[in-house]
Amino acid sequence: MTALILRRLLFSIPVLLIVVTLTFLLVRSAPGNPFSTEKKIPKEIMEELEKQYSLHGTLRHQYAQYMWKVAHGDLSISTQYRNRSVNEIIAQTLPVSMTLGSLAYFLALLFGITCGGWAAIRHNQAGDRFLMLIALLGISIPTFVSAPILVMIFAIKLNVLPVAGWGSPDQIILPAICLSIPFAATIARLTRGSLLEVLKLDFVRTARAKGLSEDAVLFRHALKVAILPVIGYSGPAAAGILTGSIVIETLFGIPGIGPFFVNSALNFDPFMTSGVVLVFSSFLIVFNLLADILYFVVDRRVKLE
Amino acid sequence: MKTLDLFFRVVKQDRLLISCAVFLLIVVMLALVGIHFTGYSYDQISDASLLPPSRAHWFGTDVNGHDLLTRTLYGAQISLFVAATGTIVSLTVGVTYGMISGYAGGRVDNLMMRVVEIIYSLPTLVLVIVLVTSLDGPIAALLKSAGLTQFPPRLVLIVIFLGLTEWLTMARIIRGQVLVLKEQAFVQASLALGQSHVRILWQHLFPNLSGIIVVYLTLTIPAIMLDESFMSFLGVGVPAPLASWGTLISDAASLINPIRLYWWMLIFPGGFMTLTLLALNFLGDGLRDALDPRVKK
Repeated sequence: MTALILRRLLFSIPVLLIVVTLTFLLVRSAPGNPFSTEKKIPKEIMEELEKQYSLHGTLRHQYAQYMWKVAHGDLSISTQYRNRSVNEIIAQTLPVSMTLGSLAYFLALLFGITCGGWAAIRHNQAGDRFLMLIALLGISIPTFVSAPILVMIFAIKLNVLPVAGWGSPDQIILPAICLSIPFAATIARLTRGSLLEVLKLDFVRTARAKGLSEDAVLFRHALKVAILPVIGYSGPAAAGILTGSIVIETLFGIPGIGPFFVNSALNFDPFMTSGVVLVFSSFLIVFNLLADILYFVVDRRVKLE
Repeated sequence: MKTLDLFFRVVKQDRLLISCAVFLLIVVMLALVGIHFTGYSYDQISDASLLPPSRAHWFGTDVNGHDLLTRTLYGAQISLFVAATGTIVSLTVGVTYGMISGYAGGRVDNLMMRVVEIIYSLPTLVLVIVLVTSLDGPIAALLKSAGLTQFPPRLVLIVIFLGLTEWLTMARIIRGQVLVLKEQAFVQASLALGQSHVRILWQHLFPNLSGIIVVYLTLTIPAIMLDESFMSFLGVGVPAPLASWGTLISDAASLINPIRLYWWMLIFPGGFMTLTLLALNFLGDGLRDALDPRVKK
């Protein structure tokens, strides 16, 4: 187990290295000026700026300089937000994104598993059909459509929640709900499908034959097995919530890490872009690993290799 | 044509699937043919800015006085085009990769599947945004030198890279199928008769995979459509004079304010897109259930 985790973490280092290298080289070789996208900067100042940010000389030299810094935990200074370091920006924005993401994740699991389970025990009845239609709609409706609609209804027409912003508890409700919708829908479908399979198995019949109440059969026995595909999905879901929050944070004006990603890529800021991509990838790797470990803990039949 | 037969056989059995297929056909027809009968062109600017739906403008107008019905249908053209061509890219890569991996087996298979796992663990959409923004210039130069100026470089990049991110599931499924199929007697027989591997893959295995390919085809189209609109929404998608559903929705979202609601700007393109995605997902789900022997009606 420990050996596996160590091996997976070791294996992730070359992956992260490739990702950062690719991003840095791409952004640097793109025909754009990282210091200004509009006005022309005089040649002398440009050279001075490049020197200051270690972006002078050959591409290989620049890359070596950057990687040396990264290896020491320094993600350099953003060329777009001149006097702020990438570390500082990430330290300020990441907690915001994580708060929003974890709340959305929690909501998705809560509603997804409850609705999926509820639908499964009413297999092929009206309630099941209706919920599954809603779930498919939840998967089909993009967050950037559902979010403005919910804002129009709850923030503008009914005026019960704020339109945008960050800081007070009521400002997190709408974005978290919007972010969680597609994942709650996917989890509901997964839970339903897998619970339907599990309820047909012998051990469920045995549990019923022992005279256990239907609740005990469902919650103590069936759901424990049926939850496995949901755990398998939770790794990719974390990734989806991360990328999904780019849209939600932009729409709701939330000072998270999402908007920086697109802005820095559009402004040819090599350090900010590489830094954000690094953070995204590490999160993804960690979440996938956590999901695998959880899978192992819940289902002893799975052998970790 | 076996593939198409299968498609029609499954769809015919279910009233819901028929209505989905008919709906999609209507959307495609509206986008390609109907757009010429709206009485406006997609880039026609007028003073009639931000009008609510009326008899002259069924879907209302946007900030620049464009007729929103025409814009929505034009957006449908672009969104459908990107989704369809991107799906072809992903299909080609996914099927080829999966077939080779499954057929070769052993070490090669192991290595190829490791690569898939690594790509799975990358924030692909995020990388696509970096790739598309940074390769914009070089591709533009390349297209110009090749004399293909009618294709906007951004659009070409989006199609290629979105296609290249959505092939992973397809490759995995195809590989699993090939692993089972290649052990069967007809493959052994072809080998014994001295047929080449390429011929076996193409003539014997590929036709057996057509069912599963159709299913994942219908599920890849909405995935790519969603990715494209996601990027267009963020401003790194299809470039300015062009418009996809994502750009239209983004325009609408930027106009949300507490004083006046321009609901038609959001509801029409958003509704069209959601319904199209819903119909495609329904079709994909229905086909998958119909082809999966474990699912019993």
